[in-house]
Amino acid sequence: MAKQEVILLDFWASMYGMRVRIALAEKGVSYEYREEDLRNKSQLLLEMNPIHKKIPVLIHNGKPICESNIIVEYIDEVWKDKAPLLPSDTYGRARARFLVDFIEKVYHNGRILVYKAKGEEHETARKEFIDSLKLIEGELGDKPYFGGDSFGYVDVSLIPFYAWFQAYETFGELNVEQDCPKLIAWAKRCFQNKESVSNVLPESVKIVAFVQHVRNIFGVGE
Amino acid sequence: MANQLEELILLDFWPSMFGMRVRIALAEKGVSYEYREEDLRNKSQLLLKMNPVHKKIPVLIHKGKPIRESSIIVEYIDDVWKDKSPLFPSDTYDKARARFWADFIDKKLYQNGRTLVFTAEGEEHKAAKKEFIDCLKLFEEELGDKPYFGGDSFGYVDVSLIPFYSWFHSYEIYGKFNIEQESPKLIAWAKRCIQNNQSVSNTLPDSLKILGFVQIVRNAFGLCD
Repeated sequence: MAKQEVILLDFWASMYGMRVRIALAEKGVSYEYREEDLRNKSQLLLEMNPIHKKIPVLIHNGKPICESNIIVEYIDEVWKDKAPLLPSDTYGRARARFLVDFIEKVYHNGRILVYKAKGEEHETARKEFIDSLKLIEGELGDKPYFGGDSFGYVDVSLIPFYAWFQAYETFGELNVEQDCPKLIAWAKRCFQNKESVSNVLPESVKIVAFVQHVRNIFGVGE
Repeated sequence: MANQLEELILLDFWPSMFGMRVRIALAEKGVSYEYREEDLRNKSQLLLKMNPVHKKIPVLIHKGKPIRESSIIVEYIDDVWKDKSPLFPSDTYDKARARFWADFIDKKLYQNGRTLVFTAEGEEHKAAKKEFIDCLKLFEEELGDKPYFGGDSFGYVDVSLIPFYSWFHSYEIYGKFNIEQESPKLIAWAKRCIQNNQSVSNTLPDSLKILGFVQIVRNAFGLCD
Protein backbone atom coordinates (compact mmCIF):
# COMPACT_ATOMS: atom_id res chain seq x y z
CA MET A 1 0.00 0.00 0.00
CA ALA A 2 1.39 3.40 -0.97
CA LYS A 3 -0.40 5.27 1.82
CA GLN A 4 1.98 7.18 4.03
CA GLU A 5 1.51 6.70 7.73
CA VAL A 6 2.52 9.82 9.63
CA ILE A 7 2.17 10.11 13.38
CA LEU A 8 3.36 13.07 15.45
CA LEU A 9 4.03 12.64 19.16
CA ASP A 10 3.85 16.13 20.56
CA PHE A 11 2.81 18.47 23.36
CA TRP A 12 0.51 21.35 22.51
CA ALA A 13 2.60 24.12 24.13
CA SER A 14 5.96 23.00 22.76
CA MET A 15 7.52 25.50 20.35
CA TYR A 16 9.55 22.61 18.93
CA GLY A 17 6.38 20.68 18.25
CA MET A 18 4.80 23.75 16.66
CA ARG A 19 7.63 23.89 14.12
CA VAL A 20 6.83 20.38 12.97
CA ARG A 21 3.08 21.02 12.84
CA ILE A 22 3.66 24.15 10.74
CA ALA A 23 5.99 22.30 8.35
CA LEU A 24 3.47 19.48 7.90
CA ALA A 25 0.70 22.04 7.28
CA GLU A 26 2.84 23.85 4.71
CA LYS A 27 3.23 20.59 2.84
CA GLY A 28 -0.44 19.67 3.19
CA VAL A 29 0.44 16.34 4.81
CA SER A 30 -2.22 14.45 6.75
CA TYR A 31 -1.07 12.98 10.01
CA GLU A 32 -2.25 11.63 13.29
CA TYR A 33 -1.50 13.98 16.17
CA ARG A 34 -0.93 12.35 19.55
CA GLU A 35 -0.75 14.52 22.64
CA GLU A 36 1.82 13.31 25.18
CA ASP A 37 1.51 13.77 28.92
CA LEU A 38 5.09 14.75 29.71
CA ARG A 39 4.78 13.58 33.31
CA ASN A 40 3.60 10.18 32.08
CA LYS A 41 5.23 9.51 28.74
CA SER A 42 3.72 6.84 26.48
CA GLN A 43 5.42 3.56 25.74
CA LEU A 44 5.51 4.59 22.10
CA LEU A 45 7.45 7.77 22.88
CA LEU A 46 9.96 5.94 25.05
CA GLU A 47 10.37 3.32 22.34
CA MET A 48 10.67 5.80 19.48
CA ASN A 49 13.02 8.22 21.26
CA PRO A 50 14.84 6.12 23.85
CA ILE A 51 17.89 8.40 23.91
CA HIS A 52 16.28 11.74 24.70
CA LYS A 53 12.70 10.65 25.58
CA LYS A 54 11.45 14.00 24.27
CA ILE A 55 8.82 15.31 21.92
CA PRO A 56 8.37 16.06 19.09
CA VAL A 57 8.88 12.71 17.38
CA LEU A 58 7.65 12.17 13.86
CA ILE A 59 6.92 8.54 13.03
CA HIS A 60 6.86 8.00 9.28
CA ASN A 61 5.87 4.55 8.08
CA GLY A 62 6.91 3.19 11.47
CA LYS A 63 10.33 4.88 11.61
CA PRO A 64 11.05 7.67 14.12
CA ILE A 65 12.68 11.00 13.36
CA CYS A 66 13.69 13.08 16.40
CA GLU A 67 14.85 16.67 17.06
CA SER A 68 12.59 19.35 15.60
CA ASN A 69 15.05 20.96 13.15
CA ILE A 70 16.03 17.52 11.82
CA ILE A 71 12.34 16.62 11.48
CA VAL A 72 11.59 19.83 9.54
CA GLU A 73 14.48 19.17 7.12
CA TYR A 74 13.24 15.60 6.71
CA ILE A 75 9.70 16.81 5.95
CA ASP A 76 11.10 19.29 3.43
CA GLU A 77 13.05 16.53 1.67
CA VAL A 78 10.32 13.90 1.61
CA TRP A 79 7.54 16.22 0.46
CA LYS A 80 9.78 18.27 -1.77
CA ASP A 81 7.25 19.08 -4.46
CA LYS A 82 5.27 21.52 -2.38
CA ALA A 83 6.23 24.71 -0.52
CA PRO A 84 10.03 24.24 -0.35
CA LEU A 85 11.31 25.41 3.02
CA LEU A 86 15.08 25.29 2.60
CA PRO A 87 16.74 27.48 -0.05
CA SER A 88 17.87 25.71 -3.21
CA ASP A 89 21.40 27.14 -3.17
CA THR A 90 24.06 25.50 -1.05
CA TYR A 91 25.28 28.66 0.68
CA GLY A 92 21.71 29.73 1.42
CA ARG A 93 21.10 26.37 3.09
CA ALA A 94 24.22 26.69 5.26
CA ARG A 95 23.15 30.19 6.29
CA ALA A 96 19.60 29.05 7.12
CA ARG A 97 20.92 26.16 9.24
CA PHE A 98 23.25 28.54 11.06
CA LEU A 99 20.38 30.85 11.95
CA VAL A 100 18.21 27.97 13.13
CA ASP A 101 21.08 26.79 15.33
CA PHE A 102 21.36 30.33 16.73
CA ILE A 103 17.61 30.51 17.38
CA GLU A 104 18.12 27.80 19.99
CA LYS A 105 19.75 30.52 22.14
CA VAL A 106 16.48 32.47 22.07
CA TYR A 107 14.47 29.48 23.22
CA HIS A 108 17.05 28.52 25.85
CA ASN A 109 17.10 31.99 27.41
CA GLY A 110 13.34 32.23 27.02
CA ARG A 111 12.95 29.15 29.22
CA ILE A 112 15.08 30.75 31.94
CA LEU A 113 13.03 33.95 31.69
CA VAL A 114 9.74 32.19 32.32
CA TYR A 115 10.69 29.37 34.64
CA LYS A 116 13.37 30.81 36.90
CA ALA A 117 13.04 33.28 39.72
CA LYS A 118 14.49 36.77 39.42
CA GLY A 119 18.18 37.03 40.10
CA GLU A 120 21.51 37.06 38.31
CA GLU A 121 20.76 34.11 36.02
CA HIS A 122 17.44 35.68 35.05
CA GLU A 123 19.04 39.06 34.37
CA THR A 124 21.78 37.51 32.18
CA ALA A 125 19.18 35.49 30.28
CA ARG A 126 17.10 38.61 29.74
CA LYS A 127 20.00 40.52 28.24
CA GLU A 128 21.08 37.60 26.04
CA PHE A 129 17.48 37.07 24.93
CA ILE A 130 17.10 40.64 23.68
CA ASP A 131 20.59 40.69 22.13
CA SER A 132 19.81 37.46 20.27
CA LEU A 133 16.49 38.78 19.00
CA LYS A 134 18.15 42.00 17.80
CA LEU A 135 20.75 39.98 15.93
CA ILE A 136 18.06 37.87 14.32
CA GLU A 137 16.15 41.03 13.42
CA GLY A 138 19.32 42.24 11.71
CA GLU A 139 19.37 39.06 9.63
CA LEU A 140 15.80 39.72 8.48
CA GLY A 141 16.69 43.17 7.17
CA ASP A 142 13.99 44.46 4.82
CA LYS A 143 12.90 41.07 3.57
CA PRO A 144 9.29 40.03 4.21
CA TYR A 145 10.47 36.64 5.47
CA PHE A 146 13.80 35.16 6.50
CA GLY A 147 13.36 32.95 3.45
CA GLY A 148 13.20 36.08 1.24
CA ASP A 149 9.92 36.41 -0.60
CA SER A 150 8.59 33.17 0.75
CA PHE A 151 8.14 31.64 4.16
CA GLY A 152 10.99 29.22 4.78
CA TYR A 153 12.99 27.08 7.19
CA VAL A 154 14.13 29.91 9.45
CA ASP A 155 10.62 31.40 9.56
CA VAL A 156 9.19 28.01 10.56
CA SER A 157 11.83 27.61 13.27
CA LEU A 158 11.35 31.04 14.83
CA ILE A 159 7.62 31.77 14.50
CA PRO A 160 6.58 29.56 17.46
CA PHE A 161 8.23 32.15 19.71
CA TYR A 162 5.32 34.43 18.81
CA ALA A 163 2.91 32.19 20.72
CA TRP A 164 5.24 32.46 23.69
CA PHE A 165 6.10 36.12 23.50
CA GLN A 166 3.37 37.29 25.82
CA ALA A 167 4.73 34.82 28.40
CA TYR A 168 8.28 36.13 27.82
CA GLU A 169 7.07 39.70 28.27
CA THR A 170 5.03 38.93 31.38
CA PHE A 171 7.60 36.86 33.26
CA GLY A 172 10.71 38.38 31.70
CA GLU A 173 9.51 41.94 32.13
CA LEU A 174 10.32 42.85 28.55
CA ASN A 175 8.73 44.74 25.76
CA VAL A 176 9.76 42.83 22.66
CA GLU A 177 7.88 45.17 20.30
CA GLN A 178 9.82 48.14 21.65
CA ASP A 179 13.19 46.40 21.30
CA CYS A 180 12.53 44.54 18.04
CA PRO A 181 9.65 46.15 16.15
CA LYS A 182 10.63 44.64 12.80
CA LEU A 183 10.57 41.17 14.30
CA ILE A 184 7.08 41.65 15.69
CA ALA A 185 5.99 43.02 12.29
CA TRP A 186 7.43 39.87 10.68
CA ALA A 187 5.62 37.64 13.18
CA LYS A 188 2.29 39.37 12.50
CA ARG A 189 2.91 39.05 8.75
CA CYS A 190 3.47 35.28 9.14
CA PHE A 191 0.34 34.99 11.24
CA GLN A 192 -1.77 36.95 8.74
CA ASN A 193 -0.46 35.42 5.52
CA LYS A 194 0.14 31.81 6.48
CA GLU A 195 -2.71 29.53 7.44
CA SER A 196 -0.16 26.98 8.59
CA VAL A 197 0.89 29.48 11.28
CA SER A 198 -2.53 30.83 12.29
CA ASN A 199 -3.97 27.32 12.50
CA VAL A 200 -1.10 25.90 14.52
CA LEU A 201 -0.04 28.58 17.00
CA PRO A 202 -1.96 28.34 20.28
CA GLU A 203 -3.33 31.55 21.77
CA SER A 204 -0.78 33.53 23.77
CA VAL A 205 -3.04 33.64 26.81
CA LYS A 206 -3.19 29.85 26.91
CA ILE A 207 0.63 29.72 26.93
CA VAL A 208 0.75 32.31 29.73
CA ALA A 209 -1.72 30.21 31.75
CA PHE A 210 0.36 27.08 31.09
CA VAL A 211 3.56 28.82 32.23
CA GLN A 212 1.80 30.13 35.36
CA HIS A 213 0.66 26.60 36.13
CA VAL A 214 4.21 25.22 35.83
CA ARG A 215 5.59 28.10 37.93
CA ASN A 216 3.02 27.34 40.62
CA ILE A 217 4.05 23.68 40.69
CA PHE A 218 7.69 24.67 41.16
CA GLY A 219 6.92 27.55 43.51
CA VAL A 220 8.57 30.15 41.32
CA GLY A 221 7.95 33.84 41.81
CA GLU A 222 5.87 33.54 44.99
CA MET B 1 48.59 34.42 -7.78
CA ALA B 2 46.00 32.23 -6.12
CA ASN B 3 42.78 31.55 -7.99
CA GLN B 4 40.48 34.04 -6.29
CA LEU B 5 37.35 32.32 -7.60
CA GLU B 6 37.85 29.13 -5.64
CA GLU B 7 39.41 30.82 -2.61
CA LEU B 8 38.98 28.58 0.38
CA ILE B 9 40.28 29.56 3.81
CA LEU B 10 39.83 27.65 7.05
CA LEU B 11 40.15 29.54 10.32
CA ASP B 12 40.88 26.88 12.89
CA PHE B 13 42.73 25.84 16.05
CA TRP B 14 44.77 22.65 15.92
CA PRO B 15 43.35 20.74 18.97
CA SER B 16 39.72 21.54 18.14
CA MET B 17 37.75 18.39 17.36
CA PHE B 18 35.28 20.61 15.51
CA GLY B 19 38.05 21.97 13.32
CA MET B 20 39.31 18.43 12.72
CA ARG B 21 35.91 17.46 11.31
CA VAL B 22 36.22 20.16 8.66
CA ARG B 23 39.84 19.27 7.84
CA ILE B 24 38.88 15.60 7.41
CA ALA B 25 35.91 16.49 5.18
CA LEU B 26 38.06 18.72 2.97
CA ALA B 27 40.69 15.98 2.74
CA GLU B 28 38.05 13.42 1.79
CA LYS B 29 37.04 15.65 -1.08
CA GLY B 30 40.64 16.34 -2.11
CA VAL B 31 40.08 20.07 -1.89
CA SER B 32 42.98 22.55 -1.52
CA TYR B 33 42.62 25.31 1.00
CA GLU B 34 44.57 27.76 3.08
CA TYR B 35 44.73 26.77 6.76
CA ARG B 36 45.02 29.65 9.22
CA GLU B 37 45.78 28.91 12.86
CA GLU B 38 43.93 31.19 15.28
CA ASP B 39 45.23 32.24 18.67
CA LEU B 40 42.04 31.94 20.69
CA ARG B 41 43.25 34.43 23.30
CA ASN B 42 43.92 36.94 20.53
CA LYS B 43 41.42 36.31 17.75
CA SER B 44 42.14 37.71 14.32
CA GLN B 45 40.18 40.54 12.79
CA LEU B 46 39.13 38.17 10.04
CA LEU B 47 37.63 35.69 12.52
CA LEU B 48 35.75 38.42 14.35
CA LYS B 49 34.46 39.76 11.05
CA MET B 50 33.50 36.35 9.65
CA ASN B 51 31.88 35.03 12.82
CA PRO B 52 30.73 38.07 14.79
CA VAL B 53 27.90 36.08 16.39
CA HIS B 54 29.91 33.34 18.11
CA LYS B 55 33.52 34.46 17.48
CA LYS B 56 34.47 30.76 17.30
CA ILE B 57 36.42 28.47 15.04
CA PRO B 58 36.13 26.64 12.74
CA VAL B 59 35.01 29.07 10.06
CA LEU B 60 35.26 28.11 6.41
CA ILE B 61 35.48 31.07 4.08
CA HIS B 62 34.49 30.14 0.54
CA LYS B 63 34.77 32.84 -2.12
CA GLY B 64 34.69 35.43 0.65
CA LYS B 65 31.54 34.07 2.34
CA PRO B 66 31.70 32.50 5.81
CA ILE B 67 30.19 29.16 6.80
CA ARG B 68 30.10 28.50 10.55
CA GLU B 69 29.39 25.58 12.92
CA SER B 70 31.30 22.41 12.10
CA SER B 71 28.28 20.19 11.30
CA ILE B 72 26.91 22.83 8.97
CA ILE B 73 30.33 23.29 7.34
CA VAL B 74 30.74 19.54 6.75
CA GLU B 75 27.29 19.36 5.17
CA TYR B 76 28.14 22.38 3.01
CA ILE B 77 31.39 20.75 1.86
CA ASP B 78 29.49 17.56 1.02
CA ASP B 79 26.94 19.59 -1.00
CA VAL B 80 29.46 21.68 -2.93
CA TRP B 81 31.93 18.89 -3.76
CA LYS B 82 29.28 16.25 -4.22
CA ASP B 83 31.00 14.29 -6.95
CA LYS B 84 33.65 12.81 -4.68
CA SER B 85 33.41 10.70 -1.53
CA PRO B 86 29.80 11.45 -0.55
CA LEU B 87 29.60 11.75 3.21
CA PHE B 88 25.83 11.80 3.59
CA PRO B 89 23.66 8.80 2.77
CA SER B 90 21.38 9.34 -0.23
CA ASP B 91 18.29 7.99 1.53
CA THR B 92 16.27 10.75 3.26
CA TYR B 93 15.58 8.73 6.40
CA ASP B 94 19.21 7.70 6.78
CA LYS B 95 20.20 11.33 6.32
CA ALA B 96 17.93 12.36 9.21
CA ARG B 97 19.42 9.59 11.30
CA ALA B 98 22.97 10.74 10.51
CA ARG B 99 22.07 14.31 11.52
CA PHE B 100 20.55 12.99 14.75
CA TRP B 101 23.78 11.22 15.73
CA ALA B 102 25.96 14.24 14.91
CA ASP B 103 23.65 16.35 17.08
CA PHE B 104 23.91 13.75 19.88
CA ILE B 105 27.72 13.91 19.74
CA ASP B 106 27.62 17.69 20.19
CA LYS B 107 25.00 17.70 22.93
CA LYS B 108 26.23 14.80 25.05
CA LEU B 109 29.73 13.59 24.24
CA TYR B 110 31.44 16.95 23.87
CA GLN B 111 30.03 18.57 27.03
CA ASN B 112 30.71 15.57 29.22
CA GLY B 113 34.22 15.14 27.80
CA ARG B 114 34.93 18.79 28.48
CA THR B 115 33.83 18.41 32.10
CA LEU B 116 36.06 15.35 32.48
CA VAL B 117 39.23 17.21 31.51
CA PHE B 118 38.57 20.76 32.61
CA THR B 119 36.69 20.38 35.90
CA ALA B 120 37.97 19.34 39.30
CA GLU B 121 36.83 16.04 40.75
CA GLY B 122 33.48 16.13 42.49
CA GLU B 123 29.79 15.50 41.85
CA GLU B 124 29.74 17.21 38.45
CA HIS B 125 32.82 15.28 37.32
CA LYS B 126 31.35 11.98 38.50
CA ALA B 127 28.05 12.62 36.68
CA ALA B 128 29.91 13.59 33.50
CA LYS B 129 31.96 10.39 33.62
CA LYS B 130 28.85 8.24 33.91
CA GLU B 131 27.11 10.04 31.04
CA PHE B 132 30.26 9.88 28.91
CA ILE B 133 30.52 6.10 29.31
CA ASP B 134 26.79 5.75 28.60
CA CYS B 135 27.34 7.72 25.36
CA LEU B 136 30.17 5.40 24.31
CA LYS B 137 27.93 2.39 24.78
CA LEU B 138 25.14 4.03 22.76
CA PHE B 139 27.59 4.66 19.94
CA GLU B 140 28.65 1.02 20.01
CA GLU B 141 25.02 -0.04 19.78
CA GLU B 142 24.43 2.28 16.84
CA LEU B 143 27.55 1.02 15.07
CA GLY B 144 26.54 -2.62 15.51
CA ASP B 145 28.50 -4.87 13.16
CA LYS B 146 28.99 -2.23 10.49
CA PRO B 147 32.56 -1.22 9.64
CA TYR B 148 31.57 2.44 9.80
CA PHE B 149 28.58 4.40 11.10
CA GLY B 150 28.01 5.23 7.43
CA GLY B 151 27.76 1.51 6.62
CA ASP B 152 30.41 0.22 4.24
CA SER B 153 31.95 3.61 3.72
CA PHE B 154 33.27 6.37 5.93
CA GLY B 155 30.53 8.96 6.29
CA TYR B 156 29.14 11.99 8.09
CA VAL B 157 28.79 10.44 11.54
CA ASP B 158 32.26 8.89 11.28
CA VAL B 159 33.69 12.33 10.37
CA SER B 160 31.81 13.89 13.29
CA LEU B 161 32.99 11.38 15.88
CA ILE B 162 36.54 10.38 14.89
CA PRO B 163 38.22 13.63 16.05
CA PHE B 164 37.28 12.72 19.62
CA TYR B 165 39.65 9.76 19.36
CA SER B 166 42.63 12.13 19.63
CA TRP B 167 41.13 13.30 22.94
CA PHE B 168 40.41 9.83 24.34
CA HIS B 169 43.77 9.52 26.08
CA SER B 170 43.14 12.81 27.93
CA TYR B 171 39.59 11.72 28.87
CA GLU B 172 41.05 8.46 30.25
CA ILE B 173 43.71 10.17 32.33
CA TYR B 174 41.40 12.70 33.96
CA GLY B 175 38.34 10.45 33.99
CA LYS B 176 40.38 7.57 35.43
CA PHE B 177 38.92 4.89 33.20
CA ASN B 178 39.86 2.81 30.18
CA ILE B 179 37.83 3.50 27.05
CA GLU B 180 38.91 0.29 25.28
CA GLN B 181 37.64 -1.70 28.24
CA GLU B 182 34.30 0.13 28.26
CA SER B 183 33.76 0.11 24.49
CA PRO B 184 36.15 -2.16 22.57
CA LYS B 185 34.11 -2.04 19.34
CA LEU B 186 34.37 1.73 19.29
CA ILE B 187 38.16 1.62 19.61
CA ALA B 188 38.25 -0.97 16.82
CA TRP B 189 36.17 1.39 14.67
CA ALA B 190 38.50 4.31 15.43
CA LYS B 191 41.59 2.30 14.50
CA ARG B 192 39.88 1.18 11.31
CA CYS B 193 39.16 4.84 10.41
CA ILE B 194 42.82 5.74 10.92
CA GLN B 195 44.17 2.74 9.01
CA ASN B 196 41.87 2.99 6.03
CA ASN B 197 41.43 6.74 5.63
CA GLN B 198 44.35 9.04 4.98
CA SER B 199 42.06 12.00 5.60
CA VAL B 200 41.92 10.82 9.23
CA SER B 201 45.52 9.71 9.77
CA ASN B 202 46.81 12.95 8.22
CA THR B 203 44.48 15.14 10.28
CA LEU B 204 44.29 13.74 13.81
CA PRO B 205 46.94 15.19 16.10
CA ASP B 206 48.93 12.88 18.34
CA SER B 207 47.07 12.00 21.55
CA LEU B 208 50.07 13.09 23.61
CA LYS B 209 50.07 16.52 21.98
CA ILE B 210 46.41 16.88 22.92
CA LEU B 211 47.27 15.80 26.47
CA GLY B 212 50.00 18.47 26.57
CA PHE B 213 47.47 21.07 25.47
CA VAL B 214 44.95 19.89 28.08
CA GLN B 215 47.58 20.20 30.80
CA ILE B 216 48.37 23.78 29.79
CA VAL B 217 44.70 24.71 29.98
CA ARG B 218 44.28 22.92 33.33
CA ASN B 219 47.21 24.85 34.75
CA ALA B 220 45.66 28.07 33.51
CA PHE B 221 42.42 27.09 35.33
CA GLY B 222 44.37 26.25 38.47
CA LEU B 223 43.51 22.57 38.33
CA CYS B 224 46.11 20.28 39.82
CA ASP B 225 47.40 17.24 37.94
